[in-house]
Amino acid sequence: MQPKTVLLTLAIAALYVLHQDVGFWRTAHPLVFGFLPVALAYHAAYCVAAAVLMWVLTRVAWPHHLDDTRERRH
Amino acid sequence: MIPAVLVFTYLAVVLYIGIFAFRHTRPTDREAEDYFLAGRALGPVVFLLSLFGTNMTAFTILGSAGHAFANGVVTFGLMASASAFVIPLTLFFVGTRLWALGRRHGFMTSVQMFRDRWECSHIGTVIFAVQAALLVPYIIIGVMGGGTALRAITGGFVPFWLGGAVVALVVMSYVFFGGMRGTAWVNAFQTVLFLSFGAIALIVIGRGMGGFPSAIQSLLDSPTTAPLLTRERFSTLTFFSYTFIPLSTIAFPHITIFCLTARRMSQFRRTVIFYPLCILAIWLPCVFLGVAANSMQDVPRIAQKLEARQALAVATPAMPAEERASLRRQAAGDDVVPIMLEQYAPLWLAGLLGAGIMAAVMASDSQILALSTMFTEDVFAFYGGKARFGEHVQVQTGRLFVVLLTLVAYVVALRAPQGIFDLAVQYAFSGYASLSVLFLGALFWKRSTKWGALAVAVWTAAAVIYTATIPGALAWFGLLPVVPMTLISCVLLFVVSLMTRPPAEETVARYFAR
Repeated sequence: MQPKTVLLTLAIAALYVLHQDVGFWRTAHPLVFGFLPVALAYHAAYCVAAAVLMWVLTRVAWPHHLDDTRERRH
Repeated sequence: MIPAVLVFTYLAVVLYIGIFAFRHTRPTDREAEDYFLAGRALGPVVFLLSLFGTNMTAFTILGSAGHAFANGVVTFGLMASASAFVIPLTLFFVGTRLWALGRRHGFMTSVQMFRDRWECSHIGTVIFAVQAALLVPYIIIGVMGGGTALRAITGGFVPFWLGGAVVALVVMSYVFFGGMRGTAWVNAFQTVLFLSFGAIALIVIGRGMGGFPSAIQSLLDSPTTAPLLTRERFSTLTFFSYTFIPLSTIAFPHITIFCLTARRMSQFRRTVIFYPLCILAIWLPCVFLGVAANSMQDVPRIAQKLEARQALAVATPAMPAEERASLRRQAAGDDVVPIMLEQYAPLWLAGLLGAGIMAAVMASDSQILALSTMFTEDVFAFYGGKARFGEHVQVQTGRLFVVLLTLVAYVVALRAPQGIFDLAVQYAFSGYASLSVLFLGALFWKRSTKWGALAVAVWTAAAVIYTATIPGALAWFGLLPVVPMTLISCVLLFVVSLMTRPPAEETVARYFAR
């Protein structure tokens, strides 16, 4: 397996694990921007992190080989 | 009155969009592909907005706020952030491959791909039957939601039967005339409404409440509401289970089919990047407002809900079931965002909300079209109808199917209690998550076989019936049934495939050649 594939697999696995943020389970503090409970702010940031990971995937792991669609039978 | 006028204007606009799309359909030698897949030519913006809109339902605006009203901030992590990660990931890995195979081999449904990939025919029909059976409750719920929403928005002036009929007629018309092109444009328009609604509602309500910091502080000060700002009342295992639910998305027929409509594969790039941000933009305001509504104890309708919730919390097992059900209905928070808008927003914004709600409940359009596509391709065409009667008749059959399906859904919606279909939809999510294993097997595991696929389809159908009829079934170790259902599907595909003969090498080579 190529190092790039290993790194991307680890990044995907890490983001999946990071969804289980047990550290913020029983507290609302700190309130981000003075009103957003930390768990809500964490998961909002998680959505941004997901978008960043998708951007990385599309940049370095885009399945170019699938774009060749010449074999159409019908 | 103003909200009702805005909602009916909205209905007229979506009808126009559908008909407009129909008038701009060019004659082509691929009539079926043009009607069912918009000629595989949707542009990047419509593809992104429509794919997102197709996956948003009434639950997104009303249900998410209601869930957050009762359960607190956990709602966002359960339903939004898990989807923001898993759905784009499945679109990236599975959606792009489906698009490429559709282009290369002319597939219009996932069952066509399964039949070719695993060299099977009737097993494909079994998969079609399971997929279709899981989709029907969504369509019925859509019609019911239309009737309920229109009745609520017009203050009871439009009764449920008429509201359901109007919404069903509008949806049926633009699906009938516009096919995928009309449906995609309407969904794109609806997504713009969703996105606008969340931001505007947050700003207006925030100002009306005198700023969110004071509202949140009042929740923190009360021992009954402070836990809503944490997740201390929620099990970590249940929270974990919810990460399996978004696997269902890629197995939904309307999503699978929609993946085939992109003009270029590069359109998936922007879609997977922006999908998590769209989820953030819609869900965060709805969840936050749902939680913040708990601080509005001076508003009588909210105070009644809080009292009912308190009564449920201290209820003894001796409380009669009817009284308990009545308290649950009173405590339900699906209408907290409309109540907040009524309290703080001008009438025009309430009208915009009404249109947003209508947009959400009309998500059944793509499901109706998907079922019509599946029926005409996987049954009508596969069993000789297309060869015998031609492609034009096939498309007309698809249109007739749209009309019949909408009529049946409407009649059932009038006669059956909504609770049954709410429950069916809940279990259908687990069913589709379990079926997602078929896509992973077909696209990523050369050794998978048709018998493994049959085992997954039969297991999924049996597990959905089992969990829906026996409370607590498959809820092992505190996990939701979706986890064992999906994992057992993986094991079945693996074991049964290894025990049976794989497809011919040349067939496998067509799917795995680089």
